[in-house]
Amino acid sequence: MASYILKRLLAVFPVLFGLTIIVFLIMAMIPGDPATAILGSYATPENVAKLNRDLGLDQPLPMQYLTWLGNLLHGDLGRSYTLNRPVLDEVLERFGATLVLAGTALILCSVFGLLAGVVSAVRQYGWTDKIVTFVVLIGISTPSFWLGLLMILFFAVDLKWFPASGMYAIYGGGDLPDLLHHLVLPAVTLSVVATGVIARLTRTAMLEVLRQDYIRTARAKGLTERRVILRHAFKAALVSVIPVIGIQAGFVMGGAVYIETVFQWPGIGSMLVTAISTRDLLLVQGGVLVVASAYVMVNLLADLVQTMIDPRLRG
Amino acid sequence: MTEAAAAQAPKPNRKSTGTGWFALLSRNHLALAGLVVVVVIVILALAAPLLPLADPNATAPADRLLRPGEGGHLLGTDALGRDILSRLLWGTRVSLAVGLSATVLAAVAGSLIGLVAGYAGGRVDNWLMRGIDMIMAFPYILLALAIVAALGPGLLNALYAISVVNIPFFARNIRGITLGLSRREFVDAARLSGQSHTRIVLSEVLPNVLPVIVITMSTTVGWMILETAGLSFLGLGAQPPQADLGSMLGEGRKILFTAPFVSIIPGLMILVLVMAINLLGDGIRDVLDPRLKSGALSRPVARTAIRRDSAPADRRHLPAVLEVQDLQTQFHVKRRVYRAVGGVDLHLAPGECLGLVGESGSGKSVTAMSIMGLVPTPPGRIVGGAAWLNGADLFGMSDEQIRRLRGAAVSHVFQDPLSTLHPLYRVGDQVIEALRAHAPLTHRAARDRALDLLRLVRIPNPEERMAAYPHELSGGMRQRVCIAMGLANDPEVLIADEPTTALDVTVQAQILSLMDRLRQERDAAILFITHDFGVVSAICDRVAVMYAGRIVETGTTADILAQPLHPYTDRLIACVPVLGQPDRPLAAIPGRPPSVDALPPGCAFAARCPRAQPVCSAREIAFETVAPGRAVRCLFPLEPSNAG
Repeated sequence: MASYILKRLLAVFPVLFGLTIIVFLIMAMIPGDPATAILGSYATPENVAKLNRDLGLDQPLPMQYLTWLGNLLHGDLGRSYTLNRPVLDEVLERFGATLVLAGTALILCSVFGLLAGVVSAVRQYGWTDKIVTFVVLIGISTPSFWLGLLMILFFAVDLKWFPASGMYAIYGGGDLPDLLHHLVLPAVTLSVVATGVIARLTRTAMLEVLRQDYIRTARAKGLTERRVILRHAFKAALVSVIPVIGIQAGFVMGGAVYIETVFQWPGIGSMLVTAISTRDLLLVQGGVLVVASAYVMVNLLADLVQTMIDPRLRG
Repeated sequence: MTEAAAAQAPKPNRKSTGTGWFALLSRNHLALAGLVVVVVIVILALAAPLLPLADPNATAPADRLLRPGEGGHLLGTDALGRDILSRLLWGTRVSLAVGLSATVLAAVAGSLIGLVAGYAGGRVDNWLMRGIDMIMAFPYILLALAIVAALGPGLLNALYAISVVNIPFFARNIRGITLGLSRREFVDAARLSGQSHTRIVLSEVLPNVLPVIVITMSTTVGWMILETAGLSFLGLGAQPPQADLGSMLGEGRKILFTAPFVSIIPGLMILVLVMAINLLGDGIRDVLDPRLKSGALSRPVARTAIRRDSAPADRRHLPAVLEVQDLQTQFHVKRRVYRAVGGVDLHLAPGECLGLVGESGSGKSVTAMSIMGLVPTPPGRIVGGAAWLNGADLFGMSDEQIRRLRGAAVSHVFQDPLSTLHPLYRVGDQVIEALRAHAPLTHRAARDRALDLLRLVRIPNPEERMAAYPHELSGGMRQRVCIAMGLANDPEVLIADEPTTALDVTVQAQILSLMDRLRQERDAAILFITHDFGVVSAICDRVAVMYAGRIVETGTTADILAQPLHPYTDRLIACVPVLGQPDRPLAAIPGRPPSVDALPPGCAFAARCPRAQPVCSAREIAFETVAPGRAVRCLFPLEPSNAG
């Protein structure tokens, strides 16, 4: 087990390395001259040339990458020209907010997705199953940004149960209850699609497992149906659902872009949208890199959890 | 293959009935509804220029933010006084065009990568798939954002971004299929005939992967429409004055509190469109690849359904711990009825071992599993007969009463111990669980009992083996664990379903002598299911021979082996090689057992029987008692002189 974990940890490095290449290449793909883009079309040719030299843009592409990677390893992601502060500082500050939102949404979609999937499978073809299946279908077809607007209209404007935007109240907020109060609407909205996907796959996995011989054995042993479902079937189904939860983490982190914009949540997603429209490309680069790395780590975690559950995977 | 599966083996071929894909789709009502909605929306979007709609871009400051229905605007007007209905249909046009283009683009690029990687294999495959994995290492939407950031906002750039992030879905699916196909004979044949690689890929491989491409398109197109709308919503896709559903929503958001309908309407349109596409996509997938059919798998419930048309009036009061009378079990698949068990009588005295013998598909496992309601429902159901355990009517009991007997008074040992043990639990814990299901033991006491059991079934180093997972043990060890589990609560009846079939001969002999010893020491009755008369002679006191769901002969093991009466029994015995008699002809039985959904009248064996006469197929044949404890269902049983 220990050697497996070590092997898996080491395998993360090439992936992270690949991420840096892709992020770098996307930014190198930008049409036109970044220095002109930064300085504006009124900049003098001397200033453009100087900035190009400062940014190392007069070097060949592989050299540029190595310089960029070297800086990255020293924690230098460049400077945001719109915010006039180091990209890393801004990104890390906002990453916390995204982590709170996406983490909560991931917990919500795992819990409710698994629950709905199991109930749906156990009550196959019954009314509960039909209702769950239909709700799930709506869930995975709903534009989350639109759902967010509906949530605001209904729960914030009409019912006034929850605040419509932000992470903390502007006056007198800042504690945990205040955060949770602000968190409910965006986290629920963000989790809807992923809940649907997880519920669907859990249902299929449960139905698949319930036909297995070892479930017949569990019943032949005289175990209660509750135990058969929860301990024997669910655990086996979980083995195939865990990677799906890992993949959904990516959709949740990406979907946070919409939700943070709708609810004005001060995370990386809303930062990225602003940075793209202001062409603050170093900020985009830093934000994408940090979120993508976090996603790699979540998948690593999903992998390890899966191995913990299934002894056959420990090679 | 379990017999339950074997009984349904001749599955109706979905494609053979001459029905087109449309007929199949129309049988799926939800998919059909999806198709109708998609068609209506597409027609409306295409016809937008022809419909009597207001100019979608004509502003009218005086008429701004009219509510739906006001001033002749069916869906109201937006902040610039533009007609929302008109903008909705024009916007849908754009969203559909962008979503579909992105899908086609992703499908072409992804399929090409998949085809090349799968066909070329080796290093090319490795590098291409590494690249695809790298794309998948990014959260989906985030990568699209990065691409839009680089290319700049705009509808076309959003389209590119969304198709790039969807390429991996196509590349992976198509590569998998291509990899399998490129190792097949017809591709080899094309290669040997000197065709170029391009030609082979296009003419031999592509037609075969086309269904997969269509499935992947139908399941991703909804997503792509949703995500391009999302980018437009963020202001990164469609730029004014051009509008798609997403940018309409984005503009409406600015006046969410004063005029919510401006943003609700386009969002609703996206929801309806994407939902209809998803329904249709699921339907297309079910038609093209029935194996993936969502929820087509039926989950077996805890106990076989009992819907008896007939039940015997009373038991025969034999000195038996278990008595089965006129048991009938069927499988109902679609409109077909498979009569897996067609009226079986059995009885087991304490400490007795009864062998239930027959070919696969004869209904012996279904008979055995019917007793404690372990035949999967759906599709199985018990439609007649009765079973008594110590005089108590098993089919009349509640589910809870049956549960209390399972694994306690009546326990089971199944055929393949690798699939019958739970792969994720340690074998020791599985034995402990069997004990604690029926006895109020502490964990420690149960553990000690489990250790005793593992010693009883002669597992070496039981302390160590307790902590092993099933896949870490040999087949023989696993089967011993299963037997230990079966013996955990001192059963009165042990139902052993081909417990030695998956094992090699020496292990088989050990397991058989173990079971024989255990039954003598513990006085447990054993119902031993097998197809092998060699095994029967080693352990069984009496034998019941089954064919096509009915018992055709019964008697003591010695009598039957010495003098089989039914021609089928005779042929079954002839199948067993005898050590030291190398010249004895080993005769396989010609033909196959009849399918139990279309049983012939009269004797089911007649078609394969050398002694059959026309009268054999004319009417039902009685189960005649020829001597005490000896009965046969045959009009022309073998004479003692013919036997052998």
